[in-house]
This record gives sequence, structure tokens and C-alpha cells, in this order.
Amino acid sequence: MPLSWLVIIVLAVSAVGYYLGRSRALAAAGGNSRDLHSLPSYYGANVLMKIIVPAFGVMVIWLLAQPLIIDRSVASMIPPSEIDEGASIGLVMAEVNRTAEGIRNAVAEGTMSREMAEDGRAEFVDFTQRLKDAGQIVTSNLSATIVRAAQRTNEMVAAGNMYMTALVLLIAAAGLGWGVKEAKPLFRARNVVEQGIRALLIGAASIAILTTIGIVFSLAFNTVEFFRLYNAWDFLFGVEWAPSFSGRGGSSSLGVIPLLWGTFYISIVALAVAIPVGLFAAIYLSEYASPKVRAFAKPMLEILAGIPTIVYGLFALLTVGPLLVEIFGEGGWLGVNWQGGGRAVMTAGIVMGIMLIPFVSSLSDDIINAVPQSMRDGSYGIGATQSETIRQVVIPAALPGIVGAILLAASRAIGETMIVVLGAGAAARLSLNPFEAMTTVTAKIVSQLTGDSDFASPEALVAFALGMTLFILTLCLNVIALVIVRKYREQYD
Amino acid sequence: MYDAPKLETALDQQDIKISADKVQVYYGETHAIKDVSVEIEDKTVTAFIGPSGCGKSTFLRTLNRMNDTIDICRVQGNILLDGEDIYHAKVDPVQLRAKVGMVFQKPNPFPKSIYDNIAYGPRIHGLANSKADLDVIVEKSLRRGAIWDEVKDRLHAPGTGLSGGQQQRLCIARAVATEPEVLLMDEPCSALDPIATAQVEELIDELRKNYSVVIVTHSMQQAARVSQKTAFFHLGNLVEYDDTSKIFTNPSDERTESYITGRIG
Repeated sequence: MPLSWLVIIVLAVSAVGYYLGRSRALAAAGGNSRDLHSLPSYYGANVLMKIIVPAFGVMVIWLLAQPLIIDRSVASMIPPSEIDEGASIGLVMAEVNRTAEGIRNAVAEGTMSREMAEDGRAEFVDFTQRLKDAGQIVTSNLSATIVRAAQRTNEMVAAGNMYMTALVLLIAAAGLGWGVKEAKPLFRARNVVEQGIRALLIGAASIAILTTIGIVFSLAFNTVEFFRLYNAWDFLFGVEWAPSFSGRGGSSSLGVIPLLWGTFYISIVALAVAIPVGLFAAIYLSEYASPKVRAFAKPMLEILAGIPTIVYGLFALLTVGPLLVEIFGEGGWLGVNWQGGGRAVMTAGIVMGIMLIPFVSSLSDDIINAVPQSMRDGSYGIGATQSETIRQVVIPAALPGIVGAILLAASRAIGETMIVVLGAGAAARLSLNPFEAMTTVTAKIVSQLTGDSDFASPEALVAFALGMTLFILTLCLNVIALVIVRKYREQYD
Repeated sequence: MYDAPKLETALDQQDIKISADKVQVYYGETHAIKDVSVEIEDKTVTAFIGPSGCGKSTFLRTLNRMNDTIDICRVQGNILLDGEDIYHAKVDPVQLRAKVGMVFQKPNPFPKSIYDNIAYGPRIHGLANSKADLDVIVEKSLRRGAIWDEVKDRLHAPGTGLSGGQQQRLCIARAVATEPEVLLMDEPCSALDPIATAQVEELIDELRKNYSVVIVTHSMQQAARVSQKTAFFHLGNLVEYDDTSKIFTNPSDERTESYITGRIG
């Protein structure tokens, strides 16, 4: 029975359960809902909850665990001699699973009889041919072992699915019985449902947290793997970035310093653009603009935040880069020859700054608006002008929040990729000239992992170490931002 | 108070500090103040009383043009400060507010140190030539605010860390630091406990020696305690304006009597 049918059946049972729970509670109270502890619908919801939660819970766990258990059991069938030189058991298992799926599809289409699919002594050459005829993607070198393993997999999947279906239906029926039996006037269905909702919310929150932890662990394991192949000291303090791909001759230099420098340099240029413009825009919008202007200008500014970064990247590549070359390049307006090509720290930095303006301005605007009017009144009452009031009262009061906004913008800048890929170039370089091409950590993660990469080589694994470095950097920035905001937040009432 | 400072002529002590004549205030379509004429005397505490929404705070804010910061507010009629029209086009409202200081309902110290709170006004208006000058002004103002003894050891602690009553006296000290001639107080004690209220009331009586003080209050006992003149506002009209003792013992208008005896309001 397909999974979707099982889901529909459980949902149908729960709908019946809702109705039964509700009507049974009402009937027990003689049709007078005032004699019930809770509203009738709560009794229904209680039954519904007791069917859906355990049934779907068991189903999800089963579906997650089944492939792992089957894989482990089948993998033990494969003798070590079957594993090619240079390949791993994982590759063979992938082959087995692909074949198993091919067989299933072939049976479903009718090109292979069920008997043949399950026949343990079937000729594997014929088998391979049948699968190919059925249009299933199968490599030519199917061996007898793989075919047997695939068949075994299929047997176990079929059995597992059957057991799961039976178990889930049983649990749903048990939940139905339990919930309906509870539907009596004195039962506190309302409180039970309340707890159920609480558990649901906790579950949602934990998924978010657990995912984060999972991401960190996957980064951490791969980073450790990388440091096993490559000296951590050379990575952290190496000043040269020269990966050699394909392992042909020579080893790579994978020093992170030039990339970090590029990241910081571009971020600093970006913040130098975004902070003044964003902050002044926020001050204008919150203090000077009339409501009409504000209603128009604020959404306009926030549109900037909605532009995909790849579009900013194009803007950098096609507009800002050439413009900067015309100003600072050879034979340019200034007559200096600082910039060789369109891709440069300045190009990426300026465009990234434009991207960050709405972050800074929108957050700062909210924070400035949160400064109570009584502060401004106090200042005006002494005879201060508007700009004196803003400079000496409003901004100092809003400063912690503004610093927080800026740090958040900084961590965006550090994590930004597309603008850098298109605007800053790909050369890892330690230089002070902002008109030279440089590259960042993020851009290098992209280039290390695009194309065919061998995930056992340090050249590919370095991407995880780079990712970890970035993660730690932005995490620190965010923590500092939070601490500053929390510590210095003015408590207005 | 004009943009260009002029030489102070020999001060002939006028009795009338502020003279308002047929003042109308509109908030958009709402006619908030109707035809109010009042003469506020120098070195006197004048109390504005009346039920909520009667316009006493609005009228107070017209006296130092704080209503200018509200877009939809319009003021008509004449308000003279020392015989000069404060709504004249030549008048700079910012300079006017240095002359007519204001203390608000809720204590609103700036998120700065106690010292910087007081020094804020003098610094803006360039009243001190040196750090020593400023120190003198700060100390004098804090003494006038009757809070010097409590804060002299922690002038550089944040003003927001003081108690509510101390904050309000700090705000009063901040207002007197710019040497105003008139001090407007908008329910200065409504957020304070009785002890702090008593301290502030004592302070108001002290301030009368140097300033003309106008206070808006909801407490009739307070008006009776601190003021010499009382104005009763009702529904945007000035109903009665007279000596405080007369208002509270023998009011001439029926509405005033109803209000002070607690029948309306």
C-alpha cells in the first residue's frame, strides 16, 4: 500500500475520532454542553490528537530508520572482494540501491515479472538487459552479488512497509479507542489539548534548534577531516592560497589569511558606504520626513532589500566596475592608473554597501522611533534645535541599537557571496590597494566545490573549514551585537 | 529672544510677565482653546486647574511654542512676553524656549550623566566660557533644583539611575540651568510619590524668588498650596482667573465652585 494511502487512512480515522469524541461527550452529558468540563470540540480534538500524534510519529521514525537498518544488513552481504580498488562500500551500496529501485520500477511497469524480480537464481546478465529495456539507469557491470543484494533490499523494503502499515493502523485504532473512552463529562479535555498544543510548539522550536546543531556538526566533522589531511597551523596562518586541483603534481597551499583579508577589506568598504547613508536615511525618515514622504520612501528603500544578490552582482560587474575603471583606471578622469580591471575590492564593496543600506536604515529607523518623544520634548524645551536634539539626545539614546544593527549588517557583508563572485574577482591576494581584485572566503567556498570534486581531498574539504571559519566569525559578531544591545538598551519605562 | 541679540535696557520691573490676549488654538478641526485672555505675573506661581482635556496643558505649551512641533496645531491671537509678541515672524522659537523653560509630566532625563544633563542647555546656548564656568553653573542649578546634596558625589553617574522624584528635580535643575525667565511645569508631580511631591512643591516655592512659574496640576490641594494665582479652565475656555485664595474660598463662577467642590470634573 503506498504511503499516501496510509496517511489518508490515518487522517480519515482521526476525523471519525473527532466526531465520535465530540458526540460521545455530548451524549454522556445528556446533550447539555454546560454539564461538560470542556467545550464539546475539545473532546473531539483530544481524540484527534491521540490518533494523529502517535501514528504519524511512529511512521516518521520508521521511515527514517528503515533505510539505515536495511543498508547495514545488506552491506554485510557484500564481500570485501566485490569492492573495487579506490571505491568504498558507500559507492557499492549506492549501486545496490539504484538497482533495487530499478527493479521496483521495472516490476511496476510490467517489463519484469514479479517472479523474476524475486528469483534468487536469476541470470544476472539477462537481468541487466531487462532493466535496461525497462529504461532504468543501470551501469553495465552489474554483478551477481549486486543483483542479489538489490533483491534482498527489495524483500526487506516490502516487508518493512507491510509491518509499518500494520503498526501505524494499529496505533491509530488504539488512539481512537483511548480518546473516545476518555470522552466523559468530568474529563479535562481542554487542559489536555492545551498541553498538546504546547508540545507542538516546543517541537517546532526544537526542530529549528536541532537543525542548527546538525549543520554545525556536519561542518565540524568535515573540518576535522580536513585538518587530518592538512596542517591546521598552515591553514589558519598561511599567507598563500594556491590550491592545485586534480592532485597532479605538487601540493596545495591553503592559507586562509588572504581570503580573510579580502573578506574584511570588502566588508569594510561596504560598511563605509552603508553606515553613513543608511543612518542618515534613517534619521531623515524618522525625524524630518513628513508622514507622506515616509509612507513612500520607506517601502522604496526596503525594495533594495528585496533585490536578489545576483542582480547586485550583475550591477557590480556591468555598471559599477566599468564606471570605476573610467574614473580610477588608465587614462581615466582622474589621470591615475590605480585600477586595472572592473573587478576590484571597491566594486564589490560599493555594491555590497548599497545592498546593506536598507538593513542599516530600516533597523536604525525602528530604533530611533523607539526613543520616547518625552526625550525630544525635554531637549526642545531647553531650546535645542532639531539637529542638536538628534545629535546629542536621540542618537546617544539609540546608539546601542544602532551598533547592533551595524554588526548585523557586518555579518551579512561577511557572508555575502554572489556580489563578490561577480564583482571582486577570484584572485586571492594580500594587498592594500582597494582597486585590485581580491576574493573572499565565501567566493572560494563556491569555487572549491563547483565542478567535479573529490570529497576526500583537502582541496574540497577545505571548503568546510572555510565555512566553519565564517560561521565562527559571524557567530561572534552576532553574539557581540546581542550583548551590546542587551547591555546598553535604555529601559524606557 | 529675537534672532539678533539686542542690548538689555535697564530693567524696569514689570509686574506682568506674560500677557495673552484672545488666544485660539486649533488641532486640525478641533477648537482646543477658545478665546483665552490671561495675564501672568512675574515672581508669582500661577496654577492652571481644570478637568482632563480642558486645554490647560495645550495653553501652557503655547506659551513657549512647544506646539510648533505638532504639525496640525494652529495658534491665533497675541501672546506677549515682556511686551513682545512671541508668535511674531522675527522670533526664533528655539531662543524663546531658552527663555521660557519647561518641565514635563514624566521625568525625562537624557541618557547621559547627571552633569551632562544639566550642562546640556548651557553648552547649546554657549553660556559657559570655560569648564570652570560650566562647573559653577551645574552646581548652582543643582542647588536650585534642591538635589545638589544628593548627587554631588556622583555627578558622572547616569541621570536615568536616579529615583523618580530625584529625576524630576534633576529635570527642574536642567530647566533652570539656561537661566530662563519663566518656568512652565506640566503636572510635574503626577508621576511622583507624596514625599517627592512635597520636595518639588517646596522647590517651586523657592523658584518663585527668581522666576515666574506656571504650573498645570490636577491636584487642587497642590494648586492651593503652591500658587498665588489660579486659572480655572473648562472645555477650552478660561472660566475664572483670580487670586488663589479667592478661587478656593469664594469663586465667582458656578462652574469653578462645582469643580473645586468635586461636583464636576
